[in-house]
Amino acid sequence: MISASVEVEPAEFKRQTGWEIRPEGACKDDRCVPLPGASTGPLDLRVVAECLNMPLIHDEAAGLWCLGPEAGGKALTSAHAPELALPDWRGETFRLDSLRGQKVLLVAWASW
Amino acid sequence: MWQALRDELHGQGLEIVTVALDANVEAARAIIEQVSPSHPALIDHAHAVDALFGITNVPTGVWLDEGGMIVRPPEPAFPGRAAYRDMPVPDTLPERLKEMLAEASKIRAEPEKYVGALRDWVEHGQESRYALSPDEVIERSRPRPREEALAAAHFELGAHLHSSGRPDDAARHWREAHRLQQDNWTYKRQAWSLADPMQGPTEIYEGDWLSDVRRIGAEHYYPPLQM
Repeated sequence: MISASVEVEPAEFKRQTGWEIRPEGACKDDRCVPLPGASTGPLDLRVVAECLNMPLIHDEAAGLWCLGPEAGGKALTSAHAPELALPDWRGETFRLDSLRGQKVLLVAWASW
Repeated sequence: MWQALRDELHGQGLEIVTVALDANVEAARAIIEQVSPSHPALIDHAHAVDALFGITNVPTGVWLDEGGMIVRPPEPAFPGRAAYRDMPVPDTLPERLKEMLAEASKIRAEPEKYVGALRDWVEHGQESRYALSPDEVIERSRPRPREEALAAAHFELGAHLHSSGRPDDAARHWREAHRLQQDNWTYKRQAWSLADPMQGPTEIYEGDWLSDVRRIGAEHYYPPLQM
């Protein structure tokens, strides 16, 4: 996730990464990871990066931070489909979970 | 090509969602518009699905069941035989393009196998031998070492800078993504194609399509389908 600040609101963090901040830590699917000082207020991306084993990069010239995905395991840490919301070709946001109840074939392709 | 399969299988409960991995959103939109598909057709300018699912090349398919569980992780997904494979190569083509087509013809594609398995799953659901257990899905997904997680962060930041009109800063991060995850073809081909539509050598990036495919061997461009 991209951020102009090293501090992000928990709601924004959940929207971008799927990790929810609860009293017991950062939680996703069936897992919770303790997160010191995360019970209230904004999250420090440097702390999150350390606890969740996510790489954090900082482009000083651009004034931006970028937090990468969790490292060390598999690309899929659970068989639950990750949350995915992307614009469709008409510009409307489409959520993958709107198709619950149907089988889905997700296909990645490209124009190049 | 996916629209025909969608027409065939939608009545049996399958939806197809296409995701264009295109930093150049307009290029993807123009192609989709010509087809005006009846299925959702999304545009992912930062290649977010790469990191989310462990995708590294296109076309790649992922199967999700009715409850939102992944039953097949990313794997090469061809809806049919690519037309260029059966067309004679015109003599008038530039030499580089001829060489690229010659390499491309050696690339493995298994559309019959893939579409056959898809039809079987649509008909039989979890009873299909192609539907995998959650443990198998996780096991078969790509490992994510630190370098690849870092590559994802650099690619995402590069895509953001590219769409903010800062192509030089984007290229700096994309070069880093290429170095950290050398077998991610969506990261590489995206960047090359913006520097040169033919994805040939440039001063901006170290690799190019022809050299990189030759280095690994065209037969290794996609992993074999494990059906």
